Amino acid sequence: MKIMTCPINGPRPITEFAYGGEVRPMPDPNTVDDATWAAYIYNRNSIPGIKQEWWCHVPSNTWFIAERNTLTDEILRTYLYAEAQEGVA
Amino acid sequence: MPLNLLKFALSKAHPEPAMFTPRDRLKPSYDAVIIGAGGHGLAAAYYLARDYGMTNVAVLEKGYLGGGNTGRNTTIIRSNYLTPEGVKFYDESVRLWQDLSQEFDLNLFYSNRGHFTLAHTDASLRTMRWRAEVNKHFGIASELVGPEEIQKACPQMDVSCGGKAPVLGALYHAPGSIARHDAVAWGYGRGADQRGVEIHQQTEVFGIQTKAGKVTGVQTSKGEIATEKVLCAVAGSTPRLLHGLGLRSPLYIHPLQAMVSEPMKPWLDPIIVSGSLHVYVSQTARGELVMGASLDPYELHSTRSTLDFVEGLCAHMLELFPFLSHVKIVRQWAGMADMTPDFAPIMGKTEIEGFYLDAGWGTWGFKATPICGKTMAYTLVHDRNHDLIQDFSLDRFKTFALVGEKGAASVGH
Repeated sequence: MKIMTCPINGPRPITEFAYGGEVRPMPDPNTVDDATWAAYIYNRNSIPGIKQEWWCHVPSNTWFIAERNTLTDEILRTYLYAEAQEGVA
Repeated sequence: MPLNLLKFALSKAHPEPAMFTPRDRLKPSYDAVIIGAGGHGLAAAYYLARDYGMTNVAVLEKGYLGGGNTGRNTTIIRSNYLTPEGVKFYDESVRLWQDLSQEFDLNLFYSNRGHFTLAHTDASLRTMRWRAEVNKHFGIASELVGPEEIQKACPQMDVSCGGKAPVLGALYHAPGSIARHDAVAWGYGRGADQRGVEIHQQTEVFGIQTKAGKVTGVQTSKGEIATEKVLCAVAGSTPRLLHGLGLRSPLYIHPLQAMVSEPMKPWLDPIIVSGSLHVYVSQTARGELVMGASLDPYELHSTRSTLDFVEGLCAHMLELFPFLSHVKIVRQWAGMADMTPDFAPIMGKTEIEGFYLDAGWGTWGFKATPICGKTMAYTLVHDRNHDLIQDFSLDRFKTFALVGEKGAASVGH
């Protein structure tokens, strides 16, 4: 069974987690034009590689970020969003 | 027939002619290049050659012919869709299917079984009634049936599902069929090959060259070729090719898994689908049960398979057919499904002149093989989208004109 590490609850079976899609910056809905908004809503980066993704540990409802290789299904790192923000700041 | 078989035993050389002409080197230029020798690509090549006399065409395949999703699906053919666009399109496809064996002179094992989509809740019963009405409006055999009729067609099924989620009724679609999927690719491939189309296997495409918004050539692992028209029919690899062209799309790639049981004597005539249980199953001419479920829950560009899938699907199968508890699963596999947010394909012209797309076929592409080939051949020759695919263009995601084809996938994905 595949194991993912929840930043709060530690290693758990992958079936306990829900996938939330790639982390993507949202354009400002008040100022953005229609074309950019449509592109944000629908278009996806479906090129295989290492991506930052939203994941949720369902039993504890913990949302966090996982870095995962979408070609090999290797999970490289998981951390809370707040930690990612600190890293940026 | 037995005498014919004896010929194979006695002859030193293989007595049947090869299906395809082996191809060695690429020509420097072609009138059109088709990327992907799956059902869709080969069907397009076939209709280009047959209907439009366009034979200076190369079909490039990085693996082997029909080795992608064409050879990985569960071979169900039906047209009981939900939107008028979908119903018209798939109905035309079902019509084409029925004559293919004759046309190819190759047995596709096209077998008309009837197709039951089970409803376990009032809500799904309502949707089925809606689907049946849309279908009937377009003259397609589709009706709502009760548990008694299901039980009559499939006495082995436990319609009470162990009391947990009893079957309340089903959408019955009499034209529902199965076919031998490899033979479809071989039939189209051989037909195209005989008419002069070149099929190059083990030839990977690295990129498509453009100049001032027009296609000029293709870079491959066997060198560069010049062409003004490229048809891209590569399912899970589509985003990579689009990326090279600077095009963006809503496609997302999830694996879709399937499995087969050991062979049994024939007992299951119809095709049974349950959206609530995430099961679809049919019995092949060889006696194996072919089973599938929903998409894997997250993005992955790989054809690996998992034990989780087999466990989950077997559990649901046993709810419907408890007597199968001693039957063994012998094979499982996966394909990369290219999904769209509205469960409709992306077909036709793109903003790059001479680049035509046939993608977004996610979990519903096999049944559409003939009609895709036909409409894409038309589109490529006339440089104008065929009427049946007008609503499927990539541009619909810029104008918020989605199709909303929830009947596309057998089970909720």
